[in-house]
Amino acid sequence: MENNTDNISAIQTTEVLEKPESQLREMWASLISNKGAVAGLIIIAILTFVAIFGKWLMPYDPNYSDMAISFQPPSTAHWFGTDQLGRDIFSRIIDGTHISLTVGLSAVAISLTIGTILGAVAGYRGGKTDAVIMRFMDMMLAIPSILLAIAFMAALGKGIDKAVIAIGLVSIPEYARIVRGCILSVKENDYVQAAKVVGNKDVRIVFKHIVPNILSSIVVRATLGISTAVLDTSALGFLGLGVQPPFAEWGDMLGRARGFIFSAPHTLVFPGIAITITVLAFNLLGDGLRDALDPKSRKI
Amino acid sequence: MSEPLVQIKNLKKYFTVETDLLGRPTSVLKAVDDVTFDIYNGETFGLVGESGCGKTTIGKMLVNLYRPTSGTIIFNGQDLTALNDTKRREYCRDIQLIFQDPYASLNPRMTIGDIIAEPIRINKLLPSNKVEARVNYLLNCVGLANHHRNRYPHEFSGGQRQRVGIARALAVQPKLIVCDEPVSALDVSIQAQVLNLLSDLKDEFGLTYLFIAHGLNVVKHISDRVGVMYLGKLMEIATKDELYENPLNPYTQALFSAIPTTDVTRKKERIILKGDVPSPIDPGKGCRFFSRCFKAFEGCGETFPELKDVGGGHRVACRLYDGI
Repeated sequence: MENNTDNISAIQTTEVLEKPESQLREMWASLISNKGAVAGLIIIAILTFVAIFGKWLMPYDPNYSDMAISFQPPSTAHWFGTDQLGRDIFSRIIDGTHISLTVGLSAVAISLTIGTILGAVAGYRGGKTDAVIMRFMDMMLAIPSILLAIAFMAALGKGIDKAVIAIGLVSIPEYARIVRGCILSVKENDYVQAAKVVGNKDVRIVFKHIVPNILSSIVVRATLGISTAVLDTSALGFLGLGVQPPFAEWGDMLGRARGFIFSAPHTLVFPGIAITITVLAFNLLGDGLRDALDPKSRKI
Repeated sequence: MSEPLVQIKNLKKYFTVETDLLGRPTSVLKAVDDVTFDIYNGETFGLVGESGCGKTTIGKMLVNLYRPTSGTIIFNGQDLTALNDTKRREYCRDIQLIFQDPYASLNPRMTIGDIIAEPIRINKLLPSNKVEARVNYLLNCVGLANHHRNRYPHEFSGGQRQRVGIARALAVQPKLIVCDEPVSALDVSIQAQVLNLLSDLKDEFGLTYLFIAHGLNVVKHISDRVGVMYLGKLMEIATKDELYENPLNPYTQALFSAIPTTDVTRKKERIILKGDVPSPIDPGKGCRFFSRCFKAFEGCGETFPELKDVGGGHRVACRLYDGI
């Protein structure tokens, strides 16, 4: 018997030498071997940096208005030009970064968490629970999302934090539907039944055996959701319900400058580019994550 | 013969196919209809029958994946159908299942080590520092090496995956293992290896098997006693030798006449059945095999015959033997 355990530990040590990689490390290795994902990560890192340290990076006060220099095209003094009120667009875009990132991430966090739980319960339990939850989701989907968000805002009051909650709540049904659909397709698999047979409790089966297998679809949807959330915030801001002036927010800047698209296109182009780059970065990262989370497509 | 480990009594499982607007069933599929048999401690009980005859459904009711519609399952002296959910989960831990398809039965996101360790961890069978050694031991038992622990299922062949499935079933130290066609998805050359592995493990761990299969040769190789099912009904039970030598039920006779043989001197009459298997939805009151039976006579379509002992534990459900 002693001999046997010796043997086992000897084999283990050689194993450690052969395969030092843990699961997380393997995922990371796969992620950074994907060029798109690396580009996305770098952009998100830069955006995060700008969001945190923006105050010290901006050349002008983003809210300082000088009507004498309104609509100036890009120049060495004002890199992205000035807007209709003579504010420096570069400074305002830097100032808007943290709002856009916070709004995008927290709205998705809200809808993802609640949507996943509701979808998981509906898909796994089935029957009446499923019917009740999904009919409620259908009711929410039947109302145009921006209208529903406005209704929530009317109930909650103005402000960017309320906008986040409203946008988060409005997109719950999308996540619930996706998660429910994925769970329905995965839960009949033998390995889920096997998990039940060895004595797993339902909660563990859902979150340990089912959710990891549908994570790729959820992650991809969530990264796309960040961009939708950013755009929805600007829509609310445009209606005067989101960010309150004079604070800078990309979508709000875009909305307010839309009348000057021919006379001063730079007032629209730069906030637009900022939104596009952010959305693209999250999509690239999402794609990379999808591959990295799936051991089958992981390159070793 | 030793004590029965499992006593299945009047077990039924009906699936609702259609319901009316109020949710009342209008069409019912009788997957398992009034089946009674025992499995004795230490034996391998083979259950054969064609696709859709309900043999897998019986297996899944044993491991608590399906709730029986009615009837009782007495396991180790305890009536499983009378327990509440928590208690039943606890008792059913002693019954494990080996799945048919080794490609679908392992979670693709978990390493082999995690798959085998999970049953030990969640049931707290061992202190956490001893789990790894136990996993290594189980891997060695099923003919895999320790270093396979860190790999993912997709890196393995079908036979190796089935070995992992067997190791997972062994991890909770069960008394009964339901083998649901464990070799039918495997290559013929691998089938023999896995069957021999199952026989070895049975002796080593003192297991009892319910071996579900449609391959008659496989069942003959591994079983002590065999039950034959047709459309949710048990048609005949006997010891392996008795059943293969002297099948009594016409269905069993027809089934066994289809076994290919390599013995050219032995003359065999192949019984060709007419028609298809009838639908298990509303199969009627009489013998399930009545519509295709070559020995049917008047009265067969009226009531389903009881299983009748014709001597030596050989039981058969057929009106041909009513007089005996």
